[in-house]
Amino acid sequence: MKITLKIWRQKNRNTKGSFKMYALEHVSADMSFLEMLDVLNSDLIQKGEESIAFDHDCREGICGMCSLYINGRPHGPVQTTACQLHMRSFKDGQTITIEPWRASAFPVIKDLVVDRSAFDRIQQAGGYVSVNTGGVPDANEIPISKKIADEAFDAAACIGCGACVAACKNASAMLFVGAKVSQFALLPQGKPERKERVEKMVAQMDAEGFGACTNTGACEAECPKGISLTNIARMNREYFSSAISSYEVQSKGAD
Amino acid sequence: MKLDSKIPEGPLAEKWTKHKFNLKLVNPANKRKYDIIVVGTGLAGASAAASLAELGYNVKAFCFQDSPRRAHSIAAQGGINAAKNYQNDGDSVQRLFYDTIKGGDYRAREGNVYRLAEVSVNIIDQCVAQGVPFAREYGGLLSNRSFGGAQVSRTFYARGQTGQQLLLGAYSALNRQIANGKVQMYNRTEMLDLVTVDGKARGIVTRDLITGKIEAHSGHAVLLCTGGYGNVFFLSTNAKGSNVTAAWRAHKKGALFGNPCYTQIHPTCIPVSGDHQSKLTLMSESLRNDGRVWVPKVASPGLKAKDAKDIPESGRDYFLERRYPSFGNLVPRDVASRNAKNICDEGRGVGSGLAVFLDFADAIKRDGRKTIEAKYGNLFDMYRQITGDNPYEVPMMIYPAVHYTMGGLWVDYNLMTSVPGLYSLGEANFSDHGANRLGASALMQGLADGYFVIPYTIGDYLAGLPHAKISTDSPEFTAAVAKANATINKFLSIKGKKTVDQFHRELGLTMWDYCGMSRTAEGLLKAKTKIQALRAEFWQNVNVLGGADELNQELEKAMRVADFMELGELMVDDALNRSESCGGHFREESQTPEGEALRQDDEFAYVAAWQYMGENQPEVLHQEPLVFENVKLTQRSYK
Repeated sequence: MKITLKIWRQKNRNTKGSFKMYALEHVSADMSFLEMLDVLNSDLIQKGEESIAFDHDCREGICGMCSLYINGRPHGPVQTTACQLHMRSFKDGQTITIEPWRASAFPVIKDLVVDRSAFDRIQQAGGYVSVNTGGVPDANEIPISKKIADEAFDAAACIGCGACVAACKNASAMLFVGAKVSQFALLPQGKPERKERVEKMVAQMDAEGFGACTNTGACEAECPKGISLTNIARMNREYFSSAISSYEVQSKGAD
Repeated sequence: MKLDSKIPEGPLAEKWTKHKFNLKLVNPANKRKYDIIVVGTGLAGASAAASLAELGYNVKAFCFQDSPRRAHSIAAQGGINAAKNYQNDGDSVQRLFYDTIKGGDYRAREGNVYRLAEVSVNIIDQCVAQGVPFAREYGGLLSNRSFGGAQVSRTFYARGQTGQQLLLGAYSALNRQIANGKVQMYNRTEMLDLVTVDGKARGIVTRDLITGKIEAHSGHAVLLCTGGYGNVFFLSTNAKGSNVTAAWRAHKKGALFGNPCYTQIHPTCIPVSGDHQSKLTLMSESLRNDGRVWVPKVASPGLKAKDAKDIPESGRDYFLERRYPSFGNLVPRDVASRNAKNICDEGRGVGSGLAVFLDFADAIKRDGRKTIEAKYGNLFDMYRQITGDNPYEVPMMIYPAVHYTMGGLWVDYNLMTSVPGLYSLGEANFSDHGANRLGASALMQGLADGYFVIPYTIGDYLAGLPHAKISTDSPEFTAAVAKANATINKFLSIKGKKTVDQFHRELGLTMWDYCGMSRTAEGLLKAKTKIQALRAEFWQNVNVLGGADELNQELEKAMRVADFMELGELMVDDALNRSESCGGHFREESQTPEGEALRQDDEFAYVAAWQYMGENQPEVLHQEPLVFENVKLTQRSYK
């Protein structure tokens, strides 16, 4: 099949970017979306043009590195990661627009590559259970009901790609943060620190410049791992309950 | 050079305990005076960096990805072994030890493997305490499944995403130490060289992948936790960025490379769909519990999955069940892979010719679609997404693909390489899996090394060192920085006609054809010539556009491929030297009358450790004899 590509090119963080058009012939329906970009890049290099920078690594839909905004949707028309998207999801002759994630908390580094280190800093603010290596109880010491364990797993399945932020008109990170808060709020191991955790993570989220949540649900609809909005509700519950009962109320970015 | 494995004396079960007591300790107040560099943040690197920081050391950690959470450990699907015996089915440390050493075809050290089995139980405790959501039974206790040919259920899992959940656990521990200021994290930063001063590892040279800045970092010890080198084949189940650069540069600075030819080819991967193919996707080994592997008895070129139903039962060859009646479709990975290859070489492959069917029709008829969906739903969806075929209705097509490398930097019992102060952990080292790794053992080894081995063994080295900060102004650092800059400028000035990927694909094809699932002396010699010619052409004719001082993904790839070319030649040398068959290394010259791998224990019961001797010089082989005091060496049989 033949396709036309309209791709965002931007030299670096401080330079203004713009769309550029490319034509590709002989695209196979069995190609993955990223393989289609590999072919384009190879053509460009042969012509002496610099290749298009895009983030990718595992190409199995689990590392969360790929971050393409395709035809107005994070990861494109199928609810999966861009690396698992295949060209059979497009039509012969179609024009495909590819942009980076758009959010002020995710500045563009080059072309389609963005800086998602804000996500790491939110996790560093409290996304852990404070245990050192060694000296922990036997793994079967604390039984956890299957239902709770499964729910915690559903939340923990987040791959940290940032599609939720890219999908949201406010560039809110509530689904990402809610997923981690939920995982630890559900499990007995996370309970001792649950109040400080949610306060610190929300404060960091605000400090990074992510927007507020207005419950439109675009994040859930676009999440490649099907992380549920329930996690946002649970985070809100955790946050309000800790606000009225915690010893150490912290607020850095909210005022 | 004398290779001292430093395996402690005494009975197997007491070695590690005794050794821990004999290791020197660093006073808690002195730990903060030592700097440790950790390269790579997968299971081994993240767990080591977090654990060492918790002890009080200053850690600098590096990863080339945009976040430590993206290291390729994240893609491991099946599970992690541990000798907990929660199922009361006869498991023990001794049994896990035995299965692992036998599975490795008797080419690993008894002492290392026993320690691995011993600490496996602590890993599960640690992960649960971190909040890793393992699968559980209705009673609230942890669930186990059987895996990879073992006769007990000792595999802990988190659906088909065990690697992801374990890595996120280690990442959370790492984050806690970053927040505490004990770990300084460098994302999107790639190691380009090891710096040694007076024979000791004293630091590294890195490139900031965003700004292109070349920097020197010093430390009292350096840990390479940089994974395997399967991408030498271009097509593999590894992530696109996985590379050998850190390990290879360390090798060129004196670290011996152990058993480079030991490669694991995984039997159940999605076949190649065309020339555009950029990587291969694994379908979990667990599928072989219910799927039946077959091809038509009569060669049917181009047979599509949707037409498989037209082949009557009498026209099908379930070749694994036929050849191995007792293990059937559950033979170990190396055996399953080789058989699929042989069938396709006979011309009986389906689809492109390089594929066999993995059929769930009987399982669905027997257990119902719901049961199969509950077990494998996510894998079936993934298969459908990639191929466009629905495995509930037509058989899957599978073919073997490069998955894991058992070889790696040679290390002693303390995980130290032959360069004092340089350690290697996880897949990057050669140590625990011999010539073939069992399923669910990679996660176990990565975390064992990082959480429970290195925190003890590193103190023994550091305790003898002065704690003064190491300056990066010395001539060794300056020279390494200058060399890195020169290499980059060289690449940018070649301006040839071929892309980096073209060279990488050619290298991969040569490796796959001659140093893949089946090897001969004749083929290996041919491969050596081809690789040398390709390498010469690469340095004349590669085209790397863009600049040095910016994000330049072509430049990153070029530097990695340059190292793969050199490594490829060493793998061929090693495969040529080892004229026996063992585990994943199959030399056609050494097989039983039935066509199974035939070891030559008298001649080859040793670790092949290779020493770099300089540009275009043949490497020198050192042998570390493998001593077996606790197991009897037998021919593996799965008939």
